[in-house]
Amino acid sequence: MIRSEIIRDIAPILRDQLVVCNIGLPSQELHLIDDQASTFYMLGTMGLSSSIGLGVALAQDQTVISIDGDGSVLTNFGTLPTIANNVADNFILLIIDNGSYGSTGDQPTYAGKKTSLTAVARACGCENVIECQAEETSSVLQGAINSKKMTVIVAKCESGNIKVPVITKDPVVIRDRFMTEVIRRNA
Amino acid sequence: MSVSEKIVADFVANGIEFVTTVPCKQLGGVIDAVEKEPKIYHIPSNKEDEGMGLCAGAFMGGKRPAIIMQNTAIGVTVNTLVTLTQFYRMPLPMLISYRGELKEPVACQVEMAVHTKALLNQLNIPTYHFHKPGDEQELDAILKYTFMCNKPVAILTDATFWGGY
Ligand SMILES: Cc1ncc(C[n+]2csc(CCOP(=O)(O)OP(=O)(O)O)c2C)c(N)n1
Ligand SMILES: [Mg+2]
Repeated sequence: MIRSEIIRDIAPILRDQLVVCNIGLPSQELHLIDDQASTFYMLGTMGLSSSIGLGVALAQDQTVISIDGDGSVLTNFGTLPTIANNVADNFILLIIDNGSYGSTGDQPTYAGKKTSLTAVARACGCENVIECQAEETSSVLQGAINSKKMTVIVAKCESGNIKVPVITKDPVVIRDRFMTEVIRRNA
Repeated sequence: MSVSEKIVADFVANGIEFVTTVPCKQLGGVIDAVEKEPKIYHIPSNKEDEGMGLCAGAFMGGKRPAIIMQNTAIGVTVNTLVTLTQFYRMPLPMLISYRGELKEPVACQVEMAVHTKALLNQLNIPTYHFHKPGDEQELDAILKYTFMCNKPVAILTDATFWGGY
């Protein structure tokens, strides 16, 4: 399975949650497959999906899922200790680990080589870290939501991309409809 | 009330409830005051761009954020300031120690000091400079302005300002 197949699998689960989606193809794929006002699409700023998601989770009560990539977590490793030490039980970090910088043409990352993001997350103090195969992602994700415990999921999948259009929505529109949804769901 | 406590009191009076920090020697007092303030969730970050991500999230989750950092951090946050904070039009008060100015003992700090205002200017970031004791009286108005216009706003605080207390 490749990332777009995982996103297709989990899209029905994501609908009911607040989602922060990583820059590049992950956002473009989710936008194409099931665009929701409750998704904050990152149009830039590689690395900060987990930080933005943790911020949203700490500020309100609804479950927040940050969809991240292995390359992006590698570029913002500092996020893992911050997550570990600021427990938000409404926060799930879903790292789709395809072992490559998929959005820029699948150049290999160190996560696809010797480095285990699962081991790094545990070493940083994250308490519920689950590594799973691509096929298991939706059941593991649903389990994490039900557990109401802050969880880091590392979903291992193959490299590879489908052709998707870029997102042309205005960033302020993306942000405004996301915030409106945050208010509505917390009401 | 110390100047640090006054700064934090202005934060609270302006509804700021979420503050991220990366330390600077000059900011030790204000970071302590943030940590002691029960109305503020203090979340230290490991790098300032990470901190700005946290602040963007907190803002969208309904809490007013602020970041406290050193001016050297301008060098590591340009991309985040323009592609996240400015692109999505989010407010972010940035209380910044302006190292490398008069009374600076460490030569290396001057290297970023000479670029600080030029970079902020290039980024179209409204910038205020607290140089003398008493300049902090404008903080309340600066915070109101920040949340009115939804922009990152820089408040540079130099050694002469802090040394005056
Ligand atoms: C600072 C910076 N460097 C490089 C890029 C280019 N870039 C955009 S997405 C991306 C790959 C991200 O890889 P990963 O997080 O693993 O996600 P994937 O696309 O594989 O799902 C890169 C390198 C960027 N946007 N910003
Ligand atoms: Mg990847």
